[in-house]
Amino acid sequence: MTDAIHVDGNALGGLLIEVFGREMTDARGCCASCGTVNPLGAMRVYRSAGDVIRCPTCGNVTIVAVVIRERTRVHLGGVRWIEPVA
Amino acid sequence: MARAAVLRRLTWAIAEVVHLVDETPRVRSLTLDVPDWPGHLPGHHIDVRLTAEDGYQAGRQYSIATPTDGTRVTITVERLDDGEVSPYLTDVLEVGDSVELRGPIGGYFVWEPSRGGPLQLVAGGSGIAPLMAMLRARLQARSDVPVRMLLSWRSGEDVIYADELNAVARDATGIEITHTFTRSAPDGWTGRTGRLDREALAELAWTPSERPLAYVCGPTGLVEAVASALVDLGHDPGRVLAERFGPTGG
Amino acid sequence: MSFISRGFQRRQAPAAPSDRVPPGQYVTRDFPVLSAGPTPRIGLDDWRLELVGEVDQPLSWSWQEFTALPAEEITVDVHCVTKWSKLDTAWTGVPVDALLDGVETSAGFAVAHSYGGYTTNLPLDDLTGGKAWVAYRYDGEPLEPEHGGPARLLVPHLYFWKSAKWLRALELRADDAPGFWEGYGYHNYGDPWREQRYSGD
Repeated sequence: MTDAIHVDGNALGGLLIEVFGREMTDARGCCASCGTVNPLGAMRVYRSAGDVIRCPTCGNVTIVAVVIRERTRVHLGGVRWIEPVA
Repeated sequence: MARAAVLRRLTWAIAEVVHLVDETPRVRSLTLDVPDWPGHLPGHHIDVRLTAEDGYQAGRQYSIATPTDGTRVTITVERLDDGEVSPYLTDVLEVGDSVELRGPIGGYFVWEPSRGGPLQLVAGGSGIAPLMAMLRARLQARSDVPVRMLLSWRSGEDVIYADELNAVARDATGIEITHTFTRSAPDGWTGRTGRLDREALAELAWTPSERPLAYVCGPTGLVEAVASALVDLGHDPGRVLAERFGPTGG
Repeated sequence: MSFISRGFQRRQAPAAPSDRVPPGQYVTRDFPVLSAGPTPRIGLDDWRLELVGEVDQPLSWSWQEFTALPAEEITVDVHCVTKWSKLDTAWTGVPVDALLDGVETSAGFAVAHSYGGYTTNLPLDDLTGGKAWVAYRYDGEPLEPEHGGPARLLVPHLYFWKSAKWLRALELRADDAPGFWEGYGYHNYGDPWREQRYSGD
């Protein structure tokens, strides 16, 4: 099948480090739409004009990362909370 | 290894290419010496960044194919025909050159012997790289975690680490390796052909009641198919970890 | 000065500015597939195209009704904000003018809604006067799902994120409302010739 054009949250690992200052792919995130908790590394990343991260359970957008004029901005509107591993 | 040590290496480092191995006509392993490398776990990857003279930059992720080894990190790169970064790494870089990288990254997809098993490793093509780090770590640690490794290749000439895998299959106890070829099998091959579909996994993988830890890596299509088949067969989705190489990797 | 990789060159150099290639773009022969989400799969029996919002009468077309509308074959250049341009792309589509024919509206703006939830906004002026189509064939074949099939909006004079794939509805509005990428910092209008990639450009 050719339409599965997503990669894993692991592909965002470096970008998440820039924003959070630490490794975040094993951090847990709670989807604001369905409430399911998943590691950020398990979320699906669609890459286009920015990186759109979607909950693997319900498909809704959790996080959007855009690089605009060399500045990275990560929109967290689709997560209720994020909890890094201790 | 201490989590504090992993967190330290967050900035770009300039590493030196110390060794090159042409694994197949399209695949090369590069060993890099990274100053202040804090060590890594099998499954971690690095971000590689190339910068042209006019300032243009391109970056890609590559899985580390070896267990932690001081300041040495080895990646295994497949040259994609229309790739921008991979041809540079496989064809242009020479021993003594430098490359910019950042890591280790990807704590979600790591395994170490203390996590136990049984271990189910499934890969398509160059997706074998992080699983090779896991396999090599298991051997190095003389762990007795049982391993079943399923590898899907397009053709005989695509097999990476062929000699090493044959030696492991022959000599190591508790490690089973099965290859399958989806386009053309090597001459005289009497083994498996065709994709790793639900039937193949039902036959070859650990059963759900054995509660394996499964790591699946490769092109998105293969990973999707295998991961969902494993869950379909009854495996705990929380114990099926996937790393997909998307079409933007080049 | 940051580290330079010996012998590395970009694969695609920006094209010399010309009357066909906007600033900062490179020309590609392939057709990259970029999406903010999974490819929706819509059966033609279930497919509808709707015209809603600031209209005297909302309209809806089934696939049969839509493909029976007068269509044009057009060849246009398309420009993606991620810097690739593809020249001479051949489409078959229904002009938006034909969809709006006879429709009374005081709307100045539109939002295109896609199956799967994507949205993008444009002034109504940019959808009319022969500037936009709802395309359902590419290069002589039915438009593939990964490129937006069954039907997508095609607005070649703006960056390609405005050409919403998997078009489900055109909503006419009295006021402007930012769509998906516009809400995340991309330019509200998106003229490639003025290099309007990001808000503030």
